[in-house]
Amino acid sequence: MDSTQDVKNEINLYLKVFGALGVLTVFTVAVAYLNVGIGLAILIAMIIATAKGTLVVGFFMHLLHEKKMIYLILIITLVFLMSLFFITFGTIGDQVGVKIVSESDSSGIH
Amino acid sequence: MQVPFTVKPRPDTGLYNAKIGIWLFLASEVMLFGALFSSYILLRMGASTWYVGSEKLSVPIGTLNTIVLIISSVTVVMSWASLKMNDFKKYKMYMGLTIVLGFVFLFVKILFEYVPKIQHNHIPSEHNFYAIYFVLTGLHALHVIGGLVVNAYLWGPGSKMWEVEPERFSNRIEVAGLYWHFVDVVWIFLFPTIYLL
Repeated sequence: MDSTQDVKNEINLYLKVFGALGVLTVFTVAVAYLNVGIGLAILIAMIIATAKGTLVVGFFMHLLHEKKMIYLILIITLVFLMSLFFITFGTIGDQVGVKIVSESDSSGIH
Repeated sequence: MQVPFTVKPRPDTGLYNAKIGIWLFLASEVMLFGALFSSYILLRMGASTWYVGSEKLSVPIGTLNTIVLIISSVTVVMSWASLKMNDFKKYKMYMGLTIVLGFVFLFVKILFEYVPKIQHNHIPSEHNFYAIYFVLTGLHALHVIGGLVVNAYLWGPGSKMWEVEPERFSNRIEVAGLYWHFVDVVWIFLFPTIYLL
């Protein structure tokens, strides 16, 4: 961004992004009051949140015009983040949520 | 000896020091909040009962704070744009607004959320829902406080740099802004997951 005109164009863009974020916030709240299942509600809420996050990161944080090194850092971060989620969710279906009964509580088992 | 690339970008990366530094820091922050988000999902899926956020937390107050943070994201980027247009007075105004909005966010959170909850004994020992709520929103609030300290410095004593090294000062505002936007992005994901679902 070099000239004053470029900055002015950017400011117009920021205001449009602000408007879009406002509209998406209304949608986010509206979804909570929709009579849909929890699974669908989570999906819709996450799609809207991702759209809002993308607008902030892309325009306010200028990620759309960043250097390759920043993209590389973020790609590596994303890989580690996905790995973290994958490892954590890998434990679901294992012992999580299974009631642990101590030996003293269970009758007849010694 | 002067530290190189504090203002001008390195030829190979095209980035000045603080820019690459803040993105690396934000990458570590993604992992920090990512770990807590995955813990939340794990606890929720493993729990036999879980509270619905919109029934236990105030959605209007959460929405108000969402709007406050989004506006503060606009004002902080406008403060940087003002410097790019050599308008220091506007910078002071927009950065001042950002600081005020940060305080509004904390004021609302503490006075209308934390205090009533603690008074009604809705504390982490009641249910994991409140444990997750206090840990995630509390850590986020700490980040807001951290951002406020930096922004207040750059609005006050730190702004003297504008007179001697304007380009370096603009870079500092850009970096502080990147952090502030990140705090906003975290809230954008926190709000629906904790308050609404």
